[in-house]
Formats: sequence, C-alpha cells, structure tokens
Amino acid sequence: MIKNKSWPLWEVFIRGKSGLSHKHVGSLHASDAEMAIENARDVYTRRQEGISIWVVESINIKASDPKENDSMFEPAADKVYRHPTFYDLPDELKHM
Amino acid sequence: MTIINLEEQFMNRVAADDKIEPKDWMPEKYRKTLIRQIAQHAHSEIVGMLPEANYISRAPSLRRKAALLAKIQDEAGHGLYLYCAAETLGADRDSLYSELHSGKAKYSSIFNYPTLTWADMGAIGWLVDGAAILNQVPLCKCSYGPYARAMVRVCKEESFHQRQGFEILLTLCQGSAEQKQMAQDAVNRWWWPSIMMFGPSDADSTNSEYSMKTKIKRFSNDELRQKFIDVTKPQADILGVVIPDNDLKYNEETKHWEYGEIDWEEFNNVIQGNGPCNKLRLKARKDAWEKGEWVREAATAYAAKREQRLTENKQVA
Repeated sequence: MIKNKSWPLWEVFIRGKSGLSHKHVGSLHASDAEMAIENARDVYTRRQEGISIWVVESINIKASDPKENDSMFEPAADKVYRHPTFYDLPDELKHM
Repeated sequence: MTIINLEEQFMNRVAADDKIEPKDWMPEKYRKTLIRQIAQHAHSEIVGMLPEANYISRAPSLRRKAALLAKIQDEAGHGLYLYCAAETLGADRDSLYSELHSGKAKYSSIFNYPTLTWADMGAIGWLVDGAAILNQVPLCKCSYGPYARAMVRVCKEESFHQRQGFEILLTLCQGSAEQKQMAQDAVNRWWWPSIMMFGPSDADSTNSEYSMKTKIKRFSNDELRQKFIDVTKPQADILGVVIPDNDLKYNEETKHWEYGEIDWEEFNNVIQGNGPCNKLRLKARKDAWEKGEWVREAATAYAAKREQRLTENKQVA
C-alpha cells in the first residue's frame, strides 16, 4: 500500500476556444488523470478560460536543456534566406 | 564555466529584463529567496480563507454569499498557482505544507486578526485585498517566469475581491447609523494591520536588497505603503469613513499623505506567533489537513487499484 506517498504532479494545458491550440497554464497534484482534469477545471477555468483540458504527468515531459541552447538553436540563426524578406524583388511587384 | 561566470551571466540576464525559467541556472540564494517568498505568499492565500469562512453562512443576502464563496474559492486557486510556482524551483509540496503546519513558515500577519462583524468582510476586501493587489501588481514583472505568470492570473482575478469589499462597506455606510458605525469600527480595526502588510520599513527590511537587485521585487516596502495610503484616502472619503490616524495629513509639496507612527512592536509580535488568532488559524488549517487524510489515502488506493486492473486486462487481452 502506497500510503503516505503524495499525489503525483500533472501539467495542465487548456484550449481557450476552438481554433486555438492547447496552452500550458500550470500544474497541480492529483491521484489520477480523471481527478487531474476535474481539479484543472476548478483551478484553471473558473472564469470560462477553456473548452478543453489536457493533463500529462510531469515526469513524462522530456525537455531540452537550456545549457545546450547554443548548439540546439544556433543553427537557425544564420539562415536568413528562410525568411521572405531575404529576397530582392522589384518594387513594381506587388502582393507576393 | 565557473560559478562566477554563471552568476555574472545570470545578473546580466536579469538586468536586461530577461525572464529566468525553471531549468535555467540560478544562484542558490535566488532560488532560496524565491521559494521562501512564494511559499509565504501561497500560505497567505490558504490561511487567508479562514477569517472569511465564518461568514459564508452569515452573509446578509444570496448575492453576498455567492460573491464571498467565489472570492474564497479564488483564494484556494491562488494558493495552488503559487505552490506550483514554488515547485518549479524544486520545493516539495508536502514539505511546504509541513513547514506551514509546524509554524516554521510564515504567512501574512494580517490573517491573525479576528473578524468580528459582517463589516469586516467589507474592510478585508477593500483594505487587505487592496494592499495585496498593490504588492502583487509589480510581481507580475518579477524576474522569475513562473511566479510572474501566476501573479498575472492572481491580479486579474483579485480586482473583484476589492470591489465587492468596497461595495459591502458602501452599502453599510448608506444604511442606518448603526450600520455606518459598524463599517467605521471595521475600518478602525483593519487600517493599521493593512498598512503593516507591506512589511517592515525599508531601513529594517533584511531581505529587500537582494530581492530588488535580482528584480524579484521592484518597489520597496515603504514606496508601496505610501502608494496604498495615497490611493486609499480618497476612497475612504467616498465611503465617508475616517481613517484612524490623527497624524494623517496631505503634504502639498510632495503630493503624498503623511502618516503616523506604525506600531512595529505589534507587527513583530503577530509575526512571531502572538497575534490574537495565530493559534486558532494554524489549528483550523491543521485540522482541515488531518481530517482530509482519509480522502487522500482513499484516492491514492483507488488510483492504484484502477491502474492494476488496467494492467491485468491488458495481460488477458
């Protein structure tokens, strides 16, 4: 019996309205997923902030390491040609 | 990279108003200062429900009752946002609770005063929540991301708390002579504890300097206290209540209200556990926690049983 073990931590994601993606809003403790969703409703949607809730146990989230940010995200830094403004086009050309 | 370099890099980020997030490197002192402050803040929200709870069944109308219930429910929510912000720093929820229950952790001294009449619900909303909002608004720009985000939610929700309190007092002030007296009496009792909520004066505030340097705090205790008094005095005039401070006077030059001496001995006494209701509040909190033990256990057992059944079914299939 896991008597004194405290309830696991869950991360909560809420879809504000249809058309928007779920967004992380915070976390909470609950004994299982069902309770996590019910608690998330009471903690994070008291003023109609959402129409859909996702919960995921925090231990299941794998995250990138901020210490590795340079090697992780630097490769995109010098690739300005991925942006439309990189290209020289005549002024007469509208709407492209 | 050496610690000194990391520390320098950290301070540069803070100086540039970059937000610090949970997995970023941070000095131990910054982590500890934040855990202490966020936990105290969370405890205050949770204990803050207790002085009001008594009036849920005593509210004078259904409208007032629904509003008070919603306010108290918000406070539970605010406590939870804050505990979860503290947990992003590696604090453990159960340890935070046991520090509150053992009396080791502090919470706002204001909640150790008794709520004697219905007018106190008005005075708490107007003055206590008013002071809390002034304290919390600058925290929305705190250098630590999860704390700042929690504060944005809290501030958005708290504005109704203050307005409902003011409305309660306004209604009493427009009522009979006795009702007006009741409002004045509540203001007399809550005024000084409210202005003490901003903490010790800057000269005596031990944690302030580091918090200002690392942008956990943006304004000093005395700056916020002055701001509170300046915005609250005209509101008292609208209500028609007198602020119980004979030394309160407007300074034309500074454009600020000057106020009388704060009784710091009383403040320290209440903080150290000797206020009128310290024992009562902690006992109510501990009782609630202990009486909920079986619910926590049952939920854990139920979750384990369901998990087990799920595994068994999978094996069969």
